Amino acid sequence: MSEAILRVNHLSVSFDTYAGTVRAVRDISFDLEPGETLALVGESGCGKSVTCRSVMGLLARNARVEAGEILFQGEDLLKKSNREMRAIRGGKIAMIFQDPMTSLDPTMKIGRQIAEAVTLHRKVSRGEAKRRVLELLQLVGIEEGEKRYHQYPHEFSGGQRQRIVIAIALAADPRILIADEPTTALDVTMQAQILDLMKEIQKKTGTSVIFITHDLGVVANVADRVAVMYAGRIVEIGTADEVFYDPRHPYTWGLLASMPTLATDDEKLYAIPGTPPTLIDPQPGDLFAPRNPYALEADKIAEPPLFPVSGTHFAATWLLDPRAPKIDPPEAIRRRARERGSL
Amino acid sequence: MSEAKVLIPDSAFVPAASAAAQAEPELPRALSFLEDSWRKLRKNKAAVVTLALLIIITTLAFLAPVLAPFDPNEQHLAHKNLPPKWPGVSLNGLNGTSEFRGRRIDAYALAKVPEDQYYLLGTDEFGRDLLSRCLWGTRISLTIAFIAAVLDLTIGIAYGLFSAMKGGRVDNAMQRALEILSGIPSLVLVVLMLLVFQPGIASIILAMVISSWIPMARVVRAEALKTKQMEYVQAARALGASEVKIALGHILPNISGIVIVRAMFSIPSAIFFETFLSFLGVGMRIPNASIGTLLNGGYKVFRLYPYQMFIPAAILCVIMLSFNLFADGLRDVFDPKMKE
Amino acid sequence: MSAEKNLIEVKDLTHDYTGGRGRPAVQRVSFAIREGETFGLVGESGCGKTTTGRMLVRLLEITSGSVRFDGQDITGLRGRELLDFRRQAQIIFQDPYASLDPRKKVRDIIAEGIDIHHLAQNRGDRETQVAQLLSSVGLRPEHLTRYPHEFSGGQRQRIGIARALATQPRFVVCDEPISALDVSIQAQVVNLLKEEQRRRGLTYLFIAHDLSMVKYISDRIAVMYRGRIVETGPSDLVYGNPLHPYTRSLISAIPLPDPESERSRRRIPYDQPEAAEDAELQEVEPGHFVLL
Repeated sequence: MSEAILRVNHLSVSFDTYAGTVRAVRDISFDLEPGETLALVGESGCGKSVTCRSVMGLLARNARVEAGEILFQGEDLLKKSNREMRAIRGGKIAMIFQDPMTSLDPTMKIGRQIAEAVTLHRKVSRGEAKRRVLELLQLVGIEEGEKRYHQYPHEFSGGQRQRIVIAIALAADPRILIADEPTTALDVTMQAQILDLMKEIQKKTGTSVIFITHDLGVVANVADRVAVMYAGRIVEIGTADEVFYDPRHPYTWGLLASMPTLATDDEKLYAIPGTPPTLIDPQPGDLFAPRNPYALEADKIAEPPLFPVSGTHFAATWLLDPRAPKIDPPEAIRRRARERGSL
Repeated sequence: MSEAKVLIPDSAFVPAASAAAQAEPELPRALSFLEDSWRKLRKNKAAVVTLALLIIITTLAFLAPVLAPFDPNEQHLAHKNLPPKWPGVSLNGLNGTSEFRGRRIDAYALAKVPEDQYYLLGTDEFGRDLLSRCLWGTRISLTIAFIAAVLDLTIGIAYGLFSAMKGGRVDNAMQRALEILSGIPSLVLVVLMLLVFQPGIASIILAMVISSWIPMARVVRAEALKTKQMEYVQAARALGASEVKIALGHILPNISGIVIVRAMFSIPSAIFFETFLSFLGVGMRIPNASIGTLLNGGYKVFRLYPYQMFIPAAILCVIMLSFNLFADGLRDVFDPKMKE
Repeated sequence: MSAEKNLIEVKDLTHDYTGGRGRPAVQRVSFAIREGETFGLVGESGCGKTTTGRMLVRLLEITSGSVRFDGQDITGLRGRELLDFRRQAQIIFQDPYASLDPRKKVRDIIAEGIDIHHLAQNRGDRETQVAQLLSSVGLRPEHLTRYPHEFSGGQRQRIGIARALATQPRFVVCDEPISALDVSIQAQVVNLLKEEQRRRGLTYLFIAHDLSMVKYISDRIAVMYRGRIVETGPSDLVYGNPLHPYTRSLISAIPLPDPESERSRRRIPYDQPEAAEDAELQEVEPGHFVLL
């Protein structure tokens, strides 16, 4: 395995609100390898977006990094000045947002918007910048670039606009691309095209991608590795196959079992009971325990650490402790392993 | 990791009792709309200070009949143009002396005012007590302000809501009517009204009835049109709620914040309108006091007795500023374009 | 399930807000929903599925065509008759944040329909009904005095469901009720909808863009594309044997939580303009119609 390009170590981020301190991200660690796609998956409020905003240095003003480090090419991004971060942001690390409607300036021709991103991080002549823009337009699959260069955002469909957003993100040849729910606002057919495009671009440019989503189908499609987040922690992390076919954390079981597949018919859908906790002054113990039908007494005492399942697969559940009783995953999960590839 | 292993006793590795019983976490007590508004308003220092000022001014003004030391209209020609005099204060300007040909003279002794009688803010050219007149005048101004707010909240809301709820052709006609009304200059209107009515509070109110609520009607209509599209309004319609019920039960409560802010902003302009008219002599009738008539009387003798103009001017400034700053604070609370 | 009785019959339904100048949002849509079944309506944003749903509960004007509810044409209903229809046909909205009046307490939100239709004999009866509705959607009595913004998205959606059920409707339009919710909450809401359907014998029109969930919950499905229904039939047939190229493209685009099948997935692109004006739905196998 090659050296990780991004290494997040024991990151904790809190928000100060009138109701108290929200512990949005609590002691998370992960690596990002060159050229891989890591999916951060979880429900709203699980901390996946906060994690990425920390990497980008784009946290809200009432946010506080409590602990941890974010090593990019060996340097801690949390120690960088605003000025240094500006150079990295958009240059070495770029981000794509959810809503393609609001991430483009409606009053500016798209050619200029992309060119601006090109010249922001590199001193190039005008002609060179334009050549680069046309190249990027072609890369993201927008045809007739010469003509499209002079059009305004409203002249493009939602899917095409997201392509332009991607082109802007790619303008400075970033090493890491952070995609925050880039397809959530799109229709399924458009989503499929954008996902294909992102995989193709990754193959061509070798960029590492952190892909934030709540859609497990999308994860299965794009991810090499998956980190499942719940209540500010990574509860399970592993390769896509490990997490989808051999999940170990009851929360992952619940997520996977609650999605109907072709085989699910009249039977009742499995549903995780309850709602996620608020992260203001969390009580001790595993925060998933109240919703977990497999909870142990141990969960009430302390949060489980990440137990290794294999060299690449870890899960934070006391069920993996050698002293824990042996518990079979629900039938829907065992069926996934049997019927892999034909769900 | 090893540390955790030590912590957990072996006996804890059994299925938890009452697993998933507490799946629904207790709802954190969130703030109600009013609590939340009050919390935000309190953060705004200017709004809190001006709110306190407004409460004090309003209380003083409406207690004028009790507080005023003299009848505001009673003339005392012997005591005319007396400077302010405060008991026990010997500061020039507050000790009842005035400059006369380069010498300080005791105006009170000269006018043979009894020893224990003080005019805290002095008297005017007819010997009327300025303090009493200011209290009564402020009362008139605030009454006008109150009436303006009431007009806003009645005609303005009713007109705007009706127009928005009806929509289509009715809405269109009502909006054109508004444009015509707002095209009439109110000053000309008041002057014309003087041909029919006596100058006085009635004609000022009549002028405001005709046009002061128009901005409010427009705001209400625009907000109601927006709120009408909300899904909770659609839901009420699907439940079978009548248009009246939708307008009063769902739309009005949801635009109330913006309405309140608008009403607060219309108050200072109404006060200003009255002052302006009275100053020109087409507003309040002499001898009744209002800030406008006080200013008018004061500016005539400004060179000789500056306090007669400064005092009502200061009162006007404080009231206007207070209302504006307070309305600003309210707007930040109810109508935050930049949400925190 | 009372067999084969149609509760809803839609014929040539059209909605045209352009006033005849442009392409109608919904164009000559016809289908029938049997009593007690769930009819799924799928399609991408702007295909007219939401417009169709809102016309069925008379929230949007019907430009032409007819909707029959239990044999009665509801297109021109007014006054008392419209009110009575509104009691029987309800709607659940997509956005749990926009669909509850932020200034009302949960109790009054749920009781609104009871009040409008005078379904409670007295105050005590009203309270009992509201409390029952609340507990049937899995919320606790102390939630009655809370405001909507204190709840999570899933809880709010359940309040919306309780509100719709308060008038004891027979037919409910579910307008993308789960697409704004988190994955772990979606299944809860779907289960709740199914349970209430079984208990009360409800008929659903289930609108969504998520084909796999629609397939799971629906007995029959219609696929819409640019204002027209391009394919309709029992959900197994439409999903298992899609015949219209658009349906095929749509099914090929849904990502499944299965990495291996995702790796081998081939998308079928479809970029046709709308169907020809004279195209009609034709029955290709029993109950399975395709626009040809």
